[in-house]
Amino acid sequence: MERRSILNSKIFKISRIYAFFMLLWAFPALAFCQPKADESKDKPFDPKEAIFEHIGDSHSWPVFGKIKISLPVILYTDKGLDIFMSNNLHEDAVYKGKNYNYILEKNKVKIADDNGKINETKKVWDFSITRNVASMWFAMIILLVVFGSVSRSYKKRAGKAPKGLQSVMEPLIVFVRDDVAIPNIGIKAAKFMPLLLTIFFFILLNNLLGLVPFFPGAYNLTGNIAVTLVLSFIILLVINFSANKYYWKHIFTPEIPLWLYIIMVPVELIGIISKPFALMIRLFANITAGHIIVLSLISLIFIFKTLAVSPASVLFVVFMDCIELLVAFLQAYIFTMLSALFIGMAVQEHH
Amino acid sequence: MDLVTPELGLVFWTTVSFVILLILLRVFAWKPILGAINERENSIENALLKAEAAKEEMSRLTSENESLLKQARAERDQILAEAKKIKDQIVHDAKEAASKESGRQIELARIEINNQKAIAMADVKNQVASLSLEIAEKILRKQFEDQKKQDELVKELLKDVNLS
Repeated sequence: MERRSILNSKIFKISRIYAFFMLLWAFPALAFCQPKADESKDKPFDPKEAIFEHIGDSHSWPVFGKIKISLPVILYTDKGLDIFMSNNLHEDAVYKGKNYNYILEKNKVKIADDNGKINETKKVWDFSITRNVASMWFAMIILLVVFGSVSRSYKKRAGKAPKGLQSVMEPLIVFVRDDVAIPNIGIKAAKFMPLLLTIFFFILLNNLLGLVPFFPGAYNLTGNIAVTLVLSFIILLVINFSANKYYWKHIFTPEIPLWLYIIMVPVELIGIISKPFALMIRLFANITAGHIIVLSLISLIFIFKTLAVSPASVLFVVFMDCIELLVAFLQAYIFTMLSALFIGMAVQEHH
Repeated sequence: MDLVTPELGLVFWTTVSFVILLILLRVFAWKPILGAINERENSIENALLKAEAAKEEMSRLTSENESLLKQARAERDQILAEAKKIKDQIVHDAKEAASKESGRQIELARIEINNQKAIAMADVKNQVASLSLEIAEKILRKQFEDQKKQDELVKELLKDVNLS
């Protein structure tokens, strides 16, 4: 009876959401094939390279055209730390560091000898402040400043109606509390509110900044698998460390015939991982796909080498940006909502 | 494959930064903000409840006033009715008393009149008697002024006596 009611309510909703996002995924896959197929015969412009340069990470922060902000490169090798600025690092020339000589290959730092020959046997741990790290810090500073000031105005105007920035943020905060946390977690929601709010606003702001086509936006942080990995890993930890005995009982001793344990327990154990894993993939794929579509559409102009394509291209880009704007909010919401749902499933009292 | 291979550096910095962000926001933003929102919601709810209670109290007072007024009016009506009844009673009693008194007075008057009449009659009778006596005396005196007439009477009288 109880199982059926669960099936009817939450999981059914989740499956619908899954289906919806599967649809969203199908989209970019089609669009992505196009520029590849129409790849320019002339060598100079390679859309794949251009797109992946944007999607991926880099050691410097491009501002405008050739102007780039140098960022610290922090490398850990078997001889210790090596720190220098990224303007020293090149693809075609060796930089003599304290411990080794370094060269860039496909945006990755490698150890090389004096002639630029890459030594693959030596391992380099790259802890550089890359463009993504710098952008993330930029977004975090914005978050701290914005919510610091909002918090201050709450103190200043205690008990009064919200004003200015406060009145912009309050509906979002209240939305996360009343429509995301409380329906999914219940009375224990207050404990998880800081995490859910931080995740929501972190993803939302980075999604939105990622859509801004110029400095300091135009990065792909929430579409980076490392970032979504960290976020969903935090959720994984929170779920499993806040879980009560009913959660573990449901996993290890479900009320089913004994012979089904061989199937059910491994499935449930996989479920522990697969829930956050789905969060990771969903956010990563949605944001990356959106960026790829927009860049592919822009690339069309350069592929055909004619301005005639630009109206269509720009029109589609504007259309895609509108969708991306929606997706930015939607993904922040979905990530937070599903996190709340998973946490709620783990902390819910059995009844 | 590059796209789906997490870079260690970014994983490290994201973890460190996100945890710091979480702690900072938790302390400096979420706690005070959520606290303030909760407090305000509570105070608004309290205010609404109080307003509701005041409204109820108000309507209770109004209805009480009304009932008091109604009661007062009813009392007034009752008092008026009673007063009227008393007045009627008094008037009625007065009338009755008056009529009884007047009857008694009339009776007394009648008795008095009768008495007076009797007295007057007696008086009249006395007067008439004395008057008739006087008249008779005067007549007799006149009759018996001369001797001859007296003798004649005596003779007559004596004649009667002889017969007997």
